[in-house]
Amino acid sequence: MAKVNMTVNGSPASGDVEGRTLLASFLRDQLHLTGTHVGCDTSQCGACVVHVNGEAVKSCTMLAAEADGAEVTTVEGMANADGSLNVIQQAFQDHHGLQCGFCTPGMVMSAAALLKENPKPTEAEVRTYLEGNICRCTGYHNIVKAIMAASGQDVGAIAAE
Amino acid sequence: MYNFEFVQPGSVADAASAMAGEDAQALGGGQTLLPTMKQRLASPATLVSLTGIADMKGVSAADGVLTIGGATTHATVASEAAGSFPGLAGLASHIGDPAVRNRGTIGGSLANNDPAACYPAAALGTGATIVTNTREIAADDYFQGMFSTALDEGEIITSVRLPIPQASNYQKFVQPASRFALVGVFVAKYADGVRVAVTGASEEGVHRWTAAEEALSANFSASAIEGLSVAADGMINDLHGTGAYRAHLVGVMTKRAVAAAS
Repeated sequence: MAKVNMTVNGSPASGDVEGRTLLASFLRDQLHLTGTHVGCDTSQCGACVVHVNGEAVKSCTMLAAEADGAEVTTVEGMANADGSLNVIQQAFQDHHGLQCGFCTPGMVMSAAALLKENPKPTEAEVRTYLEGNICRCTGYHNIVKAIMAASGQDVGAIAAE
Repeated sequence: MYNFEFVQPGSVADAASAMAGEDAQALGGGQTLLPTMKQRLASPATLVSLTGIADMKGVSAADGVLTIGGATTHATVASEAAGSFPGLAGLASHIGDPAVRNRGTIGGSLANNDPAACYPAAALGTGATIVTNTREIAADDYFQGMFSTALDEGEIITSVRLPIPQASNYQKFVQPASRFALVGVFVAKYADGVRVAVTGASEEGVHRWTAAEEALSANFSASAIEGLSVAADGMINDLHGTGAYRAHLVGVMTKRAVAAAS
């Protein structure tokens, strides 16, 4: 076991981990931040996406030890300071961007990473960026609408309207 | 996955000492190795993370050569090589998905030499030099069949030097579930000739298509390879595509790469 220290959603967090402890396991099992979901555990589905030092990563395919000293943001850290949903989360609700909701934490984190590097993406860019996030309910249209809306763009022309 | 000791050295020298231990394995971004370990197809005693070594990160262009640290992520290559070597930046920007590109490294990809990986095509297609902690290896000598390379036990790829072509492009026919190449072709045009490297297709892993290189060196246009064909013998034959289909795709993707080269 080795000690890891990181900043998670702005607060210091530490714990003893094995070499093989995944970042997703550390967040869920030790910090009880169960918003980060493990869907496939093979880095295909993207439900486990979190930000490490500002970059989207699949937390099921990163060791907790590799995040030692890092700034980690999970979906629990996305809400506004007053606890209300942030613009991306609110857009998912407004545009029915989820059905079962299992993929949603990863979708929100990927969407946030996309909008940080590309604040006004085209519909095609949104769809391409979500290649590593799988949703089995929605068919993606409303997720794409939500992200377009969160970027402040008109969503009227999107196919699922 | 089975447990292991995790170490994260801060220098190449410390990493090399750690790699001398029994059953030690280098860890780049872990985007292939960790899934492999989860399936218990690998069970090293020690994982030596290379991502804490600052000297092994970064992209720089000088004297017509792009040098990329072995622990540089695909996302970094995609952004930092965009101006100096757009063909390579384009390749890096289509590996896996955005989250995978934020972790996966060029050194990891080349050390693994997956027969459907993208970077081996760029390294072979540019005649790159693979620089390790002990020596320099020409790409033509480095790739030795699928998942097999010239690397010795414990040897670490510290950087890769790629001669910047006059024009280049990589075209990948994506296997949609894995986003690896069903067939990928890297074409690079230099003053002294054209190199063409093919990944995803052959049971021997990445390889050069010399007939196309000769034709394109004489006439760098898609029509120059119109009459050429690739034999289906030795091509990967699986549920995603037959050997004949892959052989056909080699020609198609080469033409597209030539047409798109910039």
